[in-house]
Amino acid sequence: MKIGVLLSRVRVEEKWLFEALEKRGLEYDKIDDREAKFNFDAPGGWLAYDVVLERSISFGRGLYATQVLNAWGVPTVNMASVAATCGDKLATTAALMRANVPQPNVRVAFTAESALAAIEEMGYPVVLKPVVGSWGRMVSRINDRDAAEAILEHREVLGNYQHQIFYIQELIRKPGRDIRAFVVGDETICAIYRTSEHWITNTARGGKGSTCPVTPELNKVCVEAANAVGGGVLAVDVLEDPNRGLLINEINHTMEFHTTVPTTGVDIPGYIVEYTMKVGQEKSEARGQKPEVGSQRPAAGVAG
Amino acid sequence: MMTTCPECEGALALADDVQTGEIVVCGDCGVDLEVIDLAPLALALAPQEAEDWGE
Repeated sequence: MKIGVLLSRVRVEEKWLFEALEKRGLEYDKIDDREAKFNFDAPGGWLAYDVVLERSISFGRGLYATQVLNAWGVPTVNMASVAATCGDKLATTAALMRANVPQPNVRVAFTAESALAAIEEMGYPVVLKPVVGSWGRMVSRINDRDAAEAILEHREVLGNYQHQIFYIQELIRKPGRDIRAFVVGDETICAIYRTSEHWITNTARGGKGSTCPVTPELNKVCVEAANAVGGGVLAVDVLEDPNRGLLINEINHTMEFHTTVPTTGVDIPGYIVEYTMKVGQEKSEARGQKPEVGSQRPAAGVAG
Repeated sequence: MMTTCPECEGALALADDVQTGEIVVCGDCGVDLEVIDLAPLALALAPQEAEDWGE
């Protein structure tokens, strides 16, 4: 089996993944997404991969690379459809809604005026989020009308078109923490609490990790959430609402785990590699029954 | 492994197992540097964080 690892930079997560691949004696290539090229008519060397593990730090590069690879029949972890859903908060909300998975109330509007009206209907405080973004960037807690007007105007004037997709979420009165749970396939393998005095609890923003027990209730809602977006290797962010219980906040498809591994002792990179092997084996067998697209064409540039 | 920061020319010590694509921080000027080659060792300013970066 040959595995491609598409990446932007080598973080501690990628080092651990390389170690897990080498420990299992797997052949793999490191593919720098800045050097990758795709010729739709000539997949060439890309078809040599039984599976590509997508670890791009850029949502756009990861998404479009996996779309091309999947079109050629090369499976990816995660699949492009999963990335497209998880990388867009509105798409995630829609997928969770379709699957009847519990989540905070969300309203969407497309102009500052209609967004202000939606916020006023919802009642303060609310959280305004860009539909694409991570690490808590530009996530804004809006406590009153003055703040709403200021932030909406800034978004409308300074932002790109995506910033004018106003995604408004109710503020959940969480107990100073949220839960980051890791789902691989159909199992929640571990979880941490992310605790912070700030209302944003991302570890990228200073939240501290501690072990969270994976209860049957947590496992169930996280696996349902993962399946709702297409499944794979996913990090599910969960909010504890005092009245409604566990609510799915966001789902991450190229997650970091440098806090969770030392906190929980769970071998997340090992799980990811085992899952990737399984996807590669399944798809390799399936692809073996039909001709490979463009396999007779000259090799295309595969970086790394 | 010793080298110098391409930004401030300060001395920089890297781990022996440093890998291409890794980000290191200059202790003198604080800039993020990317290891772009190992033989010979070469560092460059790391790319700035983009809006679609994340998990």
